[in-house]
Amino acid sequence: MNPSQPVIAKCEILLTVNGEAKKVLAHPMERLLDVLRNDLKLTGTKEGCGEGECGSCSVLLDGMLVNSCLVPAAQASGAQIVTIEGMSAHALMAPLQEAFLECGGAQCGICTPGMILAAVHLLEKKAEPAIADIREGLAGNLCRCTGYMQIFEAVAKAARRRLTK
Amino acid sequence: MTVHHIVGASVPRKEGWDKVTGAARYVDDMVLPGMLYGATVRSNVARGKIKSISFAPSIDWNDFVIVTAKDILGKNCIALILDDQPCLASEAVNHPEEPILLLAHADRHKLRKAVEAVSIEYAPLPPVHTMEESEQQSTIIWGIDNTFKSYLVEKGEVEAVWKEAAHIVEGEYFTGAQEQLYIENNGVIAAYDAENGVTVWGSLQCPYYVHKALMGLFGLPENRVRVVQMETGGAFGGKEEYPSMIAGHAALLAMKSGKPVKIIYDRMEDMVATTKRHPSRTRHRTAVSKDGKILGGEIEFTIDGGAYATLSSVVLSRGTIHAGGLYYWPSVRIRTKAVATNAPPHGAFRGFGAPQSLFALERHMDRIAQVVGVSPVEIRRRNFLRPGQTTTTQQVIREEIDLDHLLDRALELSDYAAKKTRFAEENKKAAHKKGIGIATFLHGAGFTGSGERYLNSLVGVEAGADGVIRVLVSSAEFGQGTNTVLCQIAAEALGLPYENVAIAQPDTAVVPNSGPTVASRTAMIVGKLVQSAAEGIKQTLAKSGLLANEYTPQQFRAACGKYIAAHGTLKSYARYEAPGDVFWDDEKYRGEAYAAFAWAVYVAEVTVDLTTYSVTVDDFVALQEVGKVLNPVLAAGQITGGVAQGIGFALYEKVVWQNGRMSNNQMTNYIMPTSVDLPPIRVFFEELGNVHGAHGAKGIGELPMDGPAPAIVNAVEDATGVHFNAIPLLPEDLFEALPAQSLEQDVFSPLRGAT
Repeated sequence: MNPSQPVIAKCEILLTVNGEAKKVLAHPMERLLDVLRNDLKLTGTKEGCGEGECGSCSVLLDGMLVNSCLVPAAQASGAQIVTIEGMSAHALMAPLQEAFLECGGAQCGICTPGMILAAVHLLEKKAEPAIADIREGLAGNLCRCTGYMQIFEAVAKAARRRLTK
Repeated sequence: MTVHHIVGASVPRKEGWDKVTGAARYVDDMVLPGMLYGATVRSNVARGKIKSISFAPSIDWNDFVIVTAKDILGKNCIALILDDQPCLASEAVNHPEEPILLLAHADRHKLRKAVEAVSIEYAPLPPVHTMEESEQQSTIIWGIDNTFKSYLVEKGEVEAVWKEAAHIVEGEYFTGAQEQLYIENNGVIAAYDAENGVTVWGSLQCPYYVHKALMGLFGLPENRVRVVQMETGGAFGGKEEYPSMIAGHAALLAMKSGKPVKIIYDRMEDMVATTKRHPSRTRHRTAVSKDGKILGGEIEFTIDGGAYATLSSVVLSRGTIHAGGLYYWPSVRIRTKAVATNAPPHGAFRGFGAPQSLFALERHMDRIAQVVGVSPVEIRRRNFLRPGQTTTTQQVIREEIDLDHLLDRALELSDYAAKKTRFAEENKKAAHKKGIGIATFLHGAGFTGSGERYLNSLVGVEAGADGVIRVLVSSAEFGQGTNTVLCQIAAEALGLPYENVAIAQPDTAVVPNSGPTVASRTAMIVGKLVQSAAEGIKQTLAKSGLLANEYTPQQFRAACGKYIAAHGTLKSYARYEAPGDVFWDDEKYRGEAYAAFAWAVYVAEVTVDLTTYSVTVDDFVALQEVGKVLNPVLAAGQITGGVAQGIGFALYEKVVWQNGRMSNNQMTNYIMPTSVDLPPIRVFFEELGNVHGAHGAKGIGELPMDGPAPAIVNAVEDATGVHFNAIPLLPEDLFEALPAQSLEQDVFSPLRGAT
């Protein structure tokens, strides 16, 4: 079914976004990405490809890293969603943001929110990742600007800082 | 006064914080009250006359804003170099996906259905799909001979070299189309009102290109067209000319509806309809002496321009001038042309013709080495340009460049000699063959020849009463670091902290025309103008007796405050002045092609897997001389990013064409390198300095696109012994070429070792 051609009426969907309970009126097959960007005005989540290849629309859904362009709104019902806007208090955010700025991990910036969420997700599972782990952990997030090297460096640096703090 | 070293320091990116928090505002993040969404109805044939347009009765069309070519008040063309590309096709279409009709509606779901409910009937005309068909001229699809542009470069006596030659080496090389694949698709919002005219906010590289195109399309004076660049999520040339098209479309819908209109392409539309790198074919015939010196040669370089002229002439120009690379040619004839086919126009993409002709040359140098019987290293060394010698366009090399030194250093950094020997030995019995290859090349910075003189760029610097500086340029930030390096240059020139300098959002109502953000010209050319304009502020304050030679930021602020209290504003402008020694003859294509070249030696190490036929790049050394490095972290990021795109160009990225249309227009089947695909990309700089650039900087952005593909394919040949002459080089190409030529059966048998 093509999610862009709704045939069923809109329905109320309850979900928690960045810690706040939200109620949206959406078609059940509406993409979570559109609910976040259009209904909830959380535009930090970006659309790159619309087919789950680029990872720019990455969000955390009940702690899992997902492409929000592939998640129907109905599936997000009752879930805990975290977007880049809801990450500021996370203990890994400041070290990652600083390291991205110092190492040149963000160029055009369009992949950056998704990339940072993928990095958080990786570092939560593996506090001391080897470069191979970082490569693997970010493999679902495409960056056309950096050639990734400076992103790897940034994630490794943030992990080191986190451990020494 | 403290000594500032802001230039040369890795200060953080100006807009970096907004990017790492998700707060940066791209065009799709912007919503205007009452805004409609726009969509484009496109041709589904490559060439034909439009017979009729019909609208399915199942839809209430009164609900929709509909725009056709008839709604264009000015000239129906996208003004660029030649005015041959219509904004909306009216009578005939010349490529698949050509825009014909525009629709707008507040509901995106309804809009998508409506696009499908428009039927267009065509009287088909015979299309041309290859450069060869176009050259045959049996079907004429553009002008009188299907040729957008041709150039001839001549130096010395080519006819005389063949009889002196110990070897005559011939080769033919091909490069494919490549999609820029910025992660943010093309998008704009347009608004119209009778008083202010047209305003466009968009993802774009060149605000004044869009401004010029809109003036022509609407017949409006310059003060009634305004173009604002939003944060732009990657461009790489792909947002140089195309934004004029999509901006025109949104603006036409906005004018007709009286409401703001947003058009954002999805990935499939962006890939199928917008520009790509020009496919190319290069033929070399080279006369070489017994000891491997190039005596002279003929080079034929042809690019596929697609259906309209757009930027093909300029892409061809750069490809032409780079075709001889960084070697000394006593005699050469370079004939080049850009031909028409019925595909969407090919356009600007990082490197702009140079990656194509340099791929051919650097592959050809390895072939010459084999024929002469010397190593790839030695053949290059024997033919390097040296200071005082001339390029193919007879530009005298005035820089004190020492290419032998660059080469030696790159060989050392990559451990080239030891690896070359070791791989040759190990490959005899290994299931995976390893190889190492080099490419040595140059890239001209700034517009070609007389281009900068015509651009006549203007840059402003403004000081506020609080002593904060604002840089006023139309040069856009799209990841490459424009905001940061231009602020660094202004801060350095004024002796102020980096934090005291900001840059204005590019908005044609606010900033002067500092030229397009292309051709690796921003740091070098615009940067130099920013430096001059910033010094102008200092001079104005000094002349008014408000500022001493030495001052603190506090004293500077006080001086600005006093000046502005007396005069209202404090602004300084600087306009480009051609250096006296840059001379270029457009007729003969001779002279000083570029004010400066960047120079590089790249080394690629690969493994060819004889089970999967995949090529993995294991190590990559990128050594370059780019003048003064203004910001080491950002500069290294330009190189690693360019090398990654070059690796994609060589080994991954294939546009599959079906009747002039890209059929794999998705990220699922057009593959770019991911984080697990790339080798460590090791970046090194040499700094010689450059008199024409800001603080001695040269252009850097495009250079790293030129070298990876030939270095990698040279390494693949080193590994396999097979001469590949075309990219992208995919596993299926290796599969077809390898078994017959170079492999012993037992090497790749899966049962090997079991017996």
